[in-house]
Amino acid sequence: MIPEVGNFLLIMAFINAIFLGTLSFYGAQTSHQGLIRFTTRAAVSIFVLVLASFICLTISFINNDFSVAYVANHSNSQLPVYYRISAVWGAHEGSLLLWVLILTGWMAAVAIFSKSLPKDLVARVLGVMGLVAVGFIAFTLFTSNPFERVLPFIPIDGADLNPLLQDFGLIVHPPMLYMGYVGFSVVFAFAIAGLLQGNLDHKWARWSRPWTTVAWIFMSLGIALGSWWAYYELGWGGWWFWDPVENASFMPWLAGTALIHSLAATEKRGVFKSWTVLLAILTFSLSLLGTFLVRSGVLTSVHSFANDPVRGRFILIFLGIVVGASLLVYALQSSKIRSKTNFGLYSRETALLFNNALLAVVTFMVLLGTLHPLIQEAFTGGKSSVGPPYFNLMFSIFMIPILILMPIGQQINWKQESLKPLLTKFWLWAISSFLLAIAIVVVLGDLQPMAIIGTTLGLWVLAGCAKYILGQAGKNASLTAGMKKISRSYWGMIVAHLGVAVTVLGVVLTSYFSLEKNIKIRQGETVQVEDFKVEFYDFKNTQGPNYISSAGSFRIYSDSEVLTELHPEKRKYNASRMVMTEADIDAGLFRDIYMVMGEPLEDGAWAVSVYYKPFVRWIWLGAIFMALGGVLAISDKRYREKRRLKKQNAAPSDGLAKAGSEEADNE
Amino acid sequence: MKQLISFLIMIASFQALAVIETYEFETEAQEQLYTEIIHELRCPKCQNQTIAESNAGLSEDLRFIVYQKVMDGETKRSILSYMQERYGDFVLYDPPVKPANYFLWFAPLAVFLIILIIVLAKVGRRKVTPEE
Amino acid sequence: MNKKTVTAIVPIVVFIVLVVLFWFALDNDPKKLNSNLIDKPVPEFQLPALQNPEQVFTKADLPDELFLINVWGSWCGPCHIEHPYLMKYAQKFSIPIVGVNYKDKTIDGLKFIKDKGNPYHMIIADQQGNLGIDLGVYGAPETFIVDKMGTIRFRYVGVIDDRVWNKKLLPIMEQVKGSDIQPVATQ
Repeated sequence: MIPEVGNFLLIMAFINAIFLGTLSFYGAQTSHQGLIRFTTRAAVSIFVLVLASFICLTISFINNDFSVAYVANHSNSQLPVYYRISAVWGAHEGSLLLWVLILTGWMAAVAIFSKSLPKDLVARVLGVMGLVAVGFIAFTLFTSNPFERVLPFIPIDGADLNPLLQDFGLIVHPPMLYMGYVGFSVVFAFAIAGLLQGNLDHKWARWSRPWTTVAWIFMSLGIALGSWWAYYELGWGGWWFWDPVENASFMPWLAGTALIHSLAATEKRGVFKSWTVLLAILTFSLSLLGTFLVRSGVLTSVHSFANDPVRGRFILIFLGIVVGASLLVYALQSSKIRSKTNFGLYSRETALLFNNALLAVVTFMVLLGTLHPLIQEAFTGGKSSVGPPYFNLMFSIFMIPILILMPIGQQINWKQESLKPLLTKFWLWAISSFLLAIAIVVVLGDLQPMAIIGTTLGLWVLAGCAKYILGQAGKNASLTAGMKKISRSYWGMIVAHLGVAVTVLGVVLTSYFSLEKNIKIRQGETVQVEDFKVEFYDFKNTQGPNYISSAGSFRIYSDSEVLTELHPEKRKYNASRMVMTEADIDAGLFRDIYMVMGEPLEDGAWAVSVYYKPFVRWIWLGAIFMALGGVLAISDKRYREKRRLKKQNAAPSDGLAKAGSEEADNE
Repeated sequence: MKQLISFLIMIASFQALAVIETYEFETEAQEQLYTEIIHELRCPKCQNQTIAESNAGLSEDLRFIVYQKVMDGETKRSILSYMQERYGDFVLYDPPVKPANYFLWFAPLAVFLIILIIVLAKVGRRKVTPEE
Repeated sequence: MNKKTVTAIVPIVVFIVLVVLFWFALDNDPKKLNSNLIDKPVPEFQLPALQNPEQVFTKADLPDELFLINVWGSWCGPCHIEHPYLMKYAQKFSIPIVGVNYKDKTIDGLKFIKDKGNPYHMIIADQQGNLGIDLGVYGAPETFIVDKMGTIRFRYVGVIDDRVWNKKLLPIMEQVKGSDIQPVATQ
């Protein structure tokens, strides 16, 4: 009964979305107030319907209703209840429903939080999102319905959730990532609505900025969580593989990062309007493209869903319609957009232009690398691969100028500045970064040129942030007084850039100075691994909730001091008979020690891997800083003030004045 | 049946089962070379994994071959081309710089240079007027 | 049309190209690899016969007419499905099938043949899998078409049944041989 209710609710949401997607445009065009009011209510009710439908599926999972095919294939009665809940989005059908839920959630949020915006614009924005929802709900209902029953032969028990996914990481990673992916639909909808109305002034940038930032925060955290999950769960110490599925999430993130910067320029200076609109369209298009790549099976990936070509065609057609129509609207309307171009070569505008150009090129590079095997096959019929060696090299090449420009870009003036005084401000910081980088590299290992360059750049960005704060202090009585003068949105920028520096340092240092050793070790034995000693002192078999575990216990010594005790495991899952390795990690701010149990060898010894990974935590720590920067930016007082002012009197153009005063802060 | 087989293949490739070999090397350079090479070769039968990460039997065999060849003193280039001769470009995660891959290798840089030239030409020559 | 509109059309064009590319890519199985040995000679080998470890096969022992190389193992599930078809073709056609018993135990390989029949002209025991790697084998069963000069002309990865035989292998064998071969009747 419950699955049928869930299905019915989803169909209701579908019908509602069709109405929303059509009537909103008609209402906005004819200024029909009733219809315009309807759009807000429809958006909220669609969300409620999808939420209820999602809860129905969750209940089926909790109740172990194996008559539902999706539940039978991805759950098991032995599965702990929290994994039964997260199993809802553990595979294609359910994760698609989660996607729809989040999309409609964003839609409802736009409906609720846009009271101060022109009503007809909001109606169009909701209309665009409604149409996107129509496509995704149709995709769920017609090709991937999670509510389908297996009748009359109901399985006695379920096939189990893939053990890899029975993990905290999986509970949080997909929802976070989808919040980001789908969140970009808001700025996309604003762009399309603006294009349709034909008046894209700086206001649309102001309105869509906080939405974009929120989506970007989720996406940053979602990607970082995925990377962290892969690191501790997959058991080979890697944290980024340039797999098509990872790239599918990385591309919208890169484009979204560019978008945040160009939206800032558009809002404050009225420049790059046309490009910003295109970028908004492209960012969400890349989200859709990601969905296609992950769910169609055109590319092989370690974590793609089980898929069939019918689904692939469905998304491709949908992608074609959405993106094709958007680009068409853009082509027809973009000539009406008037941007200002009043800035010189040495200006913040140019710096942001290069930021965008570089991020766009990096996005293009990732796209090209991901799709190249397909392009190649279309032309030559042969299979080829593009992997980490390509991506790492190319990514580094383009990251170098991005990182060099970052501190300069955050301090250069708008409009125009002369070059010489600018450079004299920075050279001392650059040299100190370089010297400190050499010192760090010497401490950690050999003097590898690439490691020095990377470390220098990370420190350079860090120095840029410090310099900015000190610069403010210099203008004020004290450091704290100076820090108080900096607006929240500038703090946001500094903290996010700090995050970039932290991630860069983490990536560089862990890539160049990690140790990885496979050793043969018997119980009771102690083996020397580089500078450490590893002692294998115990071995136990234990029973888990739905698996049997074999765990070794190890002590790691540096000289004679015990650094840590680790208990890596092998687990055999009862339902799927799959064997999984569970690495044990001693995590630290400056280094991780990571151990994996291998196989027992002939002579009673075990093969184990020991990894020493310096600064690996910094990779994710940096992402947390970036997200925090985003949070600071949207908590800026002008967003709150706007609403308060709005209540006082309906003066719409307070934003410019605010932005102006903020610039004054900065100079 | 076909579906069952592909299902089984999927399950097999999904296991996070680290296969750990304890090969012994004479020098650190050999060990580094070995690690480097197995991280650049793609397992031909897996979804998308290097032979270092994959626990497929074939990857195990290929790792052993790499190990033997490293111990025999073969160069990285000759080991990679040994694999390429048998399994094609597919096994090379580092796509060779050859005409078919020129676009892959040079297009991003070319696009960036074009943008750079346009920006320098347009913005560089611009006279900035004081704000109204 | 002004310049701006023209530039704005570029994204659409790129996008359409991509969609077309994806549309056709959906038909390809990304897991199937082409052989890199097409139009190259069968690699050299020196391996024992499965039925008689004393006897050593080399490339010179291969048939000097059009023949098939079938890579199989008793451990390989799909090979069990394929086997009856090979039996049928061995009886019906005068095309020799050379078996490569790939990464198998001799006992298991022999038992497989004893229980299910032997469709092979000769069986090479490749216990270490070296010939398999030289042939670029990545998943049994795999079947190669080799011409009388000893040049590999085609490879099929996966189970051969009547449909594959008639649609994929026969046309190539006819082309290689230069004469017609009667297709098998499918059930």
